[in-house]
Amino acid sequence: MSSASPSLSRQDVAKVALLSRLALSERELDHLTGELSKIVGFVSQLADVDTSAVEPLAHPLDAQNVFRDDVVTPSLARESVLRSAPRHDGESFLVPAVLGETGAA
Amino acid sequence: MPPDPLQLSAVELVHAVRSGDLTAVACTEAFLARIERTNGVLNAFLAVDREGALARAAEIDARRRSGKPLGPLAGLPVGVKDALCTADLPTTCASKMLAGYRPPYDAEVVARLRHADAVIVGKTNMDEFAMGGSNENSAFGPVANPWDTSRAPGGSSGGSAACVAADMAPVAIGSDTGGSIRQPAGLCGITGLKPTYGRVSRRGLVAFASSLDQIGPMARSAADCALVLEAIAGHDPGDSTSLRDEVPSYTRALDKPLTGLRIGRVPEHFAAGLDPEVARGVDEAFAVFRQLGATVHDVRLPHAHHGIPTYYLIAPCEASSNLARYDGAHYGHRAEPGKGHRAEPTNGHRADSGKERDGAAAFESPLVEMYCRSRAEGFGPEVKRRIMLGTYALSAGYYDAYYAKALRVRRLIRQDYLDAFQTVDLIGGPVSATAAFPLGEKTGDPLAMYLVDMYTVTANLAGIGGISFPCGFTAGGLPIGFQLQGPALAESLLLNATDRFQSLTDWHRRRPPLAV
Amino acid sequence: MAAAPSPADVAAPGSFTTIIGLEVHVQLQTATKLFCGCPTTFGAPPNTQVCPTCLGLPGSLPVMNRHAFDLAVRAALALDCTIAPFTKWDRKNYFYPDLPKGYQISQFDLPFSSDGFLEVVDPKGAFSRRVGIIRVHLEEDAGKSMHDEAAGTADSRIDLNRAGTPLCEIVTQPDLRSPQEARAWLNELKLLLVYLGVSDCNMQEGSLRVDANVNLHIPRPDGSVAKTPIVEIKNMNSFRSVERALAYEAARQWEEWQATGRELGSAPKQTRGWDDPAGVTRGQRHKEESSDYRYFPEPDLVPVRVSADDLARARAAMGVPPAGLRRMLAERWGISAYDADVLVNQGRELVAYFEELAGLVGEGKVASNWMQQDVLRTLNERGGTIDAFPVRPAALADIIGRIAAGDFDTSRGREIFAEVLASGRTVADVVASLGIAAVDDDALDALCRELVAANPKIVADVQGGKEQAAAGLIGQAKKKNPNVNPGKVRAKCLEIIRGL
Repeated sequence: MSSASPSLSRQDVAKVALLSRLALSERELDHLTGELSKIVGFVSQLADVDTSAVEPLAHPLDAQNVFRDDVVTPSLARESVLRSAPRHDGESFLVPAVLGETGAA
Repeated sequence: MPPDPLQLSAVELVHAVRSGDLTAVACTEAFLARIERTNGVLNAFLAVDREGALARAAEIDARRRSGKPLGPLAGLPVGVKDALCTADLPTTCASKMLAGYRPPYDAEVVARLRHADAVIVGKTNMDEFAMGGSNENSAFGPVANPWDTSRAPGGSSGGSAACVAADMAPVAIGSDTGGSIRQPAGLCGITGLKPTYGRVSRRGLVAFASSLDQIGPMARSAADCALVLEAIAGHDPGDSTSLRDEVPSYTRALDKPLTGLRIGRVPEHFAAGLDPEVARGVDEAFAVFRQLGATVHDVRLPHAHHGIPTYYLIAPCEASSNLARYDGAHYGHRAEPGKGHRAEPTNGHRADSGKERDGAAAFESPLVEMYCRSRAEGFGPEVKRRIMLGTYALSAGYYDAYYAKALRVRRLIRQDYLDAFQTVDLIGGPVSATAAFPLGEKTGDPLAMYLVDMYTVTANLAGIGGISFPCGFTAGGLPIGFQLQGPALAESLLLNATDRFQSLTDWHRRRPPLAV
Repeated sequence: MAAAPSPADVAAPGSFTTIIGLEVHVQLQTATKLFCGCPTTFGAPPNTQVCPTCLGLPGSLPVMNRHAFDLAVRAALALDCTIAPFTKWDRKNYFYPDLPKGYQISQFDLPFSSDGFLEVVDPKGAFSRRVGIIRVHLEEDAGKSMHDEAAGTADSRIDLNRAGTPLCEIVTQPDLRSPQEARAWLNELKLLLVYLGVSDCNMQEGSLRVDANVNLHIPRPDGSVAKTPIVEIKNMNSFRSVERALAYEAARQWEEWQATGRELGSAPKQTRGWDDPAGVTRGQRHKEESSDYRYFPEPDLVPVRVSADDLARARAAMGVPPAGLRRMLAERWGISAYDADVLVNQGRELVAYFEELAGLVGEGKVASNWMQQDVLRTLNERGGTIDAFPVRPAALADIIGRIAAGDFDTSRGREIFAEVLASGRTVADVVASLGIAAVDDDALDALCRELVAANPKIVADVQGGKEQAAAGLIGQAKKKNPNVNPGKVRAKCLEIIRGL
């Protein structure tokens, strides 16, 4: 873990902002670079904990195999689906063109 | 003459409504009037549903008059944290992102409250998306602490804590991801329970960190918390992480004597950083438990001091993903095209430096621009900070060093508790290192704010329950909170022990000298 | 793990070997979505099959559809995969308007199954290929975004009906060696999944989608092998397109390699879209950061443990896969591998029809011939399913039996088949109405004597040793009575002539 540098560069933060889809002003970017570096430095203290023989624990529950039956339940009325949409045409959500962009596989 | 609803406990209120000594309408009106008088000062409620609450109360009264059975929370006014979805009221999570948003469904807990004939009076203020420990991160203004309105009520369920402390509602619903029920309860002098993870359905709770979030009751006493928990706990097939274990009667187990109860005391809790007044109050509480027949034993939680860094990796990682849905596409805030952020060129999204010189941000597409600007405008600084931190910690090359590492330490923290509960039944200690701090004191220093959760986050990481209640006051008249933590599904014991404590003390009966 | 390459896999100098791996998404045949109770019916009006969960509304939570998980396990078992005793779900994070939560619930490091294979054998023996399966995992589908370029609007429309539909992602090893093989393998995969009721594999409705990874191995004079950069091809909407796109891409890479000499590792993996009308692949924009999906365990779902008992039950419920069925038909009914292949490729219902028919007829080869020459041809012309085919196995067996008994010949039998098909009447009915009654021996005897008497030339030829001359008598007999059995007429006439 000593390999993880606790200090973030401005470019690191800009890249994370794009991954996070957050537009940041230059001032915010400066500010966050400092803040995040401090926070990352702080959480990096975990590097000192010996966890070599410890499995990750992603969830406090030991539960498993929770299923539901393949039975249809009512869908929402379209008016209530589109009611909160910033833009719609009465049938579909409208968003700026997604031409030429791909999501993921 | 009917009793004054504001002077009654929740248990007494429900009893009075069911017996006909008090109408649900009179009860609701009394609290609505109190909200009207105090909310301007405290800002505890983001939305008040006067009409809906009175209609509901009238319907409950009509049912009582016609001899029909009433639910276990009949006529009980409840303030619900604005992180829980309500179909008939806006649900904003105190974020500009969701300003005015109305969900098309009720959270499971809200549905259970309604089913139990509770009267939802409104939605309480909170830190935006439950991220914060002072309620100062609300997009709709901070909440003031009823004991000293220049101070923070704690957070993130600050509105719920303040509304109970100021008699704006006898009980409230909060959610606790790292201490968000217990810490504000402690700072506001009320009783708040974070149940075991999975005890209460999370369906309809706007997610902050899914493996840590848990809904719980906030009230003036353990008995009132027990009444509410009994109504909202239990398996929900719509939440895969909801426990199937049967719900015991919490109200009937309250008065069990504590003789022989073993309470753990963690010496590290009393190390530097703990305010001496708080330490004194906490130690006096241990003395009360001894008086009640309990024994106190030192226990070790060797990894507990790693709680904050562990929590501030896991919670932001989950949050960065949970909050990805707020992108302006299907609901919530969407930036107007071509406005805002133009004056200042933005990072990373530039197509070329020429455009940068114009001061006009260039994004790789109108869609990406819509995303980036909607989220930049919709989220406040703390939410952005945590999204960025989580995104960073999960991103390629850092996952193992940060997220996976934190998960390993999480296991160690849980194991500490499992080991400790081999020798003690409950663990006691402070809720926070200090009593309520002044508004604005920590807002400039995110790390200082993160540390306010140091005694509470470990219960969330381990998935166990904890309860916080007043155990004294500082010289300045601020409440001091005591926390009990128990093994998984020990809610009965937590409530029982707190109720016994409250049978011998009257800290929980004190009311803030709120001038309104 | 990989077997030594067969001679066909090694390219001759001056040529190349095409290396192909496939990534197939199939929609599981469930009534509801993977994590909520919304229906998966195709073609509903936009945004009418959605709920808080598949819309990704604040506070909504997923609960896994048991049937989807069972079907996925069935598919993996049929692909001979190892089923993991412990599996979990992960979030794949990226922003896209058809992905309402901002993440897709998928499986990352612990897929529920891995390491299987599916063999495809060309019935004519052109190739036989065992294709390794790297993994099969379960995930949710995204919604649909539509952009009407002609309308010239700046907006895209988003329909989330499909969001949350259960998908199985099947990833193969790069084991395929030609576009033809890829197409044949996909046909075999589709047949398998349809047989097992895992998916309807309808490509038009998007319930089967294929992406292909392809590059070339080019032998150099020094014996080493040059490898071209791997290209992922998307947007192929039929198996035919897959074959065409791969053929195009192989040729394109060959040309590019000759022009640039660029090899694998010199550039990031490229994605190209297949333009079907133009018959070309085109480069797609690559976003550097889009590949950082920040996978982490989905905290809203709990893991699944699969016990040995669960697996035994899943195997028992699975049914015989096509490859096993082919072997079984060939053994049980003595038909050729080719015939068994033709029958099995038509689907489980047709095989059931065939088996019923063969059982009634008591002879596999004859039944198989009728299936292929008559039933399948007619089915292809008429359309529709074998289950709705008007001539049921019992009726067809009746016709075949009467032919065998000498009641009429095969061509007459076909006429009866056609009439039963057209009218829906019983075989007996049709036989009666066409006046096709068996000609009794006395009538046959009288008819033959009459013909012999009237044809002295033919009689003389036969007596002179030219027995084939009797054919002239048969033709005349059929004119006088269409129901006579030609064989019987011939035998009778010869008998009479010999007795003269």
